[in-house]
Amino acid sequence: MSLTQPESTQGAADAAQTLLEVNNIEVIYDHVILVLKGVSLTVPKGGITALLGGNGAGKTTTLKAISNLLQSERGEVTKGSIAYRGEKITELSPADLVKRGVIQVMEGRHCFEHLTVEENLLTGSYTRGDGSAAIKRSLDMVYTYFPRLKERRRSQAGYTSGGEQQMCAIGRAIMSNPEMVLLDEPSMGLAPQLVEQIFDIVKALNEKEGVSFLLAEQNTNVALRYAHYGYILESGRIVMDGSAADLRENQDVKEFYLGIAEEGKKSFRDVRSYRRRKRWLN
Amino acid sequence: MTNALQRLNPLRPEGIALLLLAAFLGRAIWWFAVSDARDTSFATEIIISGLLAGVMYSLVALGFVLIFKSSGIFNYSQGVMALFAGLFASGFMTDFGLSPFIAIPLTMVVMVITAILIERFVLQYLVGQEPIILFMATIGLAYVMEGIGDLVWGSDVKRLDVGLPSGASDFMFDCCNLYVEKLEVSAAVVAAVLVAALMAFTQYTRIGRALRAVADDHQAALSVGISLRTIWVIVWSIAGFVALTAGVMWGAKSGVQFSLSLIALKALPVLMIGGFTSIPGAIIGGLIIGVGEKVAEIYLGPTMADLFGANPNNFTAIENWFAYVLALVVLLFRPQGLFGEKIIERV
Ligand SMILES: Nc1ncnc2c1ncn2[C@@H]1O[C@H](COP(=O)(O)OP(=O)(O)OP(=O)(O)O)[C@@H](O)[C@H]1O
Ligand SMILES: [Mg+2]
Repeated sequence: MSLTQPESTQGAADAAQTLLEVNNIEVIYDHVILVLKGVSLTVPKGGITALLGGNGAGKTTTLKAISNLLQSERGEVTKGSIAYRGEKITELSPADLVKRGVIQVMEGRHCFEHLTVEENLLTGSYTRGDGSAAIKRSLDMVYTYFPRLKERRRSQAGYTSGGEQQMCAIGRAIMSNPEMVLLDEPSMGLAPQLVEQIFDIVKALNEKEGVSFLLAEQNTNVALRYAHYGYILESGRIVMDGSAADLRENQDVKEFYLGIAEEGKKSFRDVRSYRRRKRWLN
Repeated sequence: MTNALQRLNPLRPEGIALLLLAAFLGRAIWWFAVSDARDTSFATEIIISGLLAGVMYSLVALGFVLIFKSSGIFNYSQGVMALFAGLFASGFMTDFGLSPFIAIPLTMVVMVITAILIERFVLQYLVGQEPIILFMATIGLAYVMEGIGDLVWGSDVKRLDVGLPSGASDFMFDCCNLYVEKLEVSAAVVAAVLVAALMAFTQYTRIGRALRAVADDHQAALSVGISLRTIWVIVWSIAGFVALTAGVMWGAKSGVQFSLSLIALKALPVLMIGGFTSIPGAIIGGLIIGVGEKVAEIYLGPTMADLFGANPNNFTAIENWFAYVLALVVLLFRPQGLFGEKIIERV
């Protein structure tokens, strides 16, 4: 379970370029609540990297630490460093990061509900300075990936369905012309078929437009089918990482995250012992 | 269909409100019908003058709505901002002898600087605090601005003549035999143009879209790279601009004096009626109050005196409290105001 056997695509991308490097960060909320206890991960250019874990593991916190949306929630990175293309980004504002090509799609979609779908998409281009013609091209591009949004473009976003709102939130991020999207739980509250559809679009955006994704998901099964590489987060620590194919085949992942038990259910104590073993193995 | 019928159900609050409204309107139409020609033109004059005053209320209320929507701050200092702007405009003109064309843009610069200072020294440190704390901060701001205005320009009533036409409108007098004050008409026209421009701005421009986005969801706005601090400076500048217009218009009518800051108190019932989050609501609320209080003063007073068999003189000050009663009635039946944004809830 280590970085020694990278998948082919991952290997190529890795050699190509590391976009994001999170190095041993610690995050504290309200000056007292320690949530991340030393998280490290890297995202290569052109890849889909999954950040997996259960409720409260710290996935959202990790993404917000990167996009710097933590500040507005009274959270703070107290240790470690985050670098994007080699540049330290911990002090930058979310707006600066969007300008550099890093944008977050927040958990729970957060569309602007009183704006129309098209206006929502256009807010994504707020930081762009490359003229209305280029923005129009991006808008058309988003509509080709999400034809559903084109149909609904005059509706108030608050009255669209959950799936349409998720598409709207992703499309809005794409409108900023990003190099990397931090995508927080796109599957939340959606029917399985819709989840597949959204992940297919994410994959297409990754392959055709070259957008890299860091994807936080509880839905390990789907995430590992679309991602190239995965990290597993538990109570604020990375407990395992590996190529998506390896993680899928891994016995522990199967048991604890994919719910495919080989010999009956395991108890919580076994989870603990697994973690001890894991640390020992490292 | 059933919906419409349900609305008229006299047992339900909306039904009662609608019936009351219908009765009120019916009574007004009745007055028109039974009165002779001279009375009709008198009533028309009253309504016109009510509408014109209402536009000014709308303007002040609009400043509130913009700030409230984008930052959730109930800006108590909006009225004082009008006074502050009025003081600077009249000061630049009388003390420095500048023409209105220089004095007013200069005052606008002062208002923008004020907005920047407010963001830099007050709002920035209070982001994410309880609304009541922000509200208290704006009370403090009101006193600071009033103090600065007093310190710089003195506290006596100032004349403010920006060269708007005044006196009775000959045209209206000749054509319809109506007495209409030109100054009021020009103030209303300026205010209406400003309101239209503001609506177009928020609806169709990139910054306007960002303002509405911030009003909907701060976190999401941050996430797409909208800087809240920039937006707040812009919003407070717009509020300053609105206050400037209100201050200058009001000042031209009755001089710049400290009671000007009290027009904010009239904006409060306007907001309760129109809803704190609705721009059209602020406009229509202002018109309703403007016309309502004039009509109430002239017609409701004597009627009520008749009703209670009291001396009509006891009912002459209806204009002063009518707005608040109307606001209370609206609040009872529609707490979000007539036009308050519905909270979108999907099921
Ligand atoms: N603003 C906050 N203030 C204090 N604690 C917080 C705050 N936000 C999150 N936490 C805590 O941090 C921990 C991690 O939360 P986080 O939202 O990052 O988890 P998550 O992995 O995204 O979970 P989920 O899958 O439920 O979204 C949780 O225990 C949560 O209670
Ligand atoms: Mg989360």
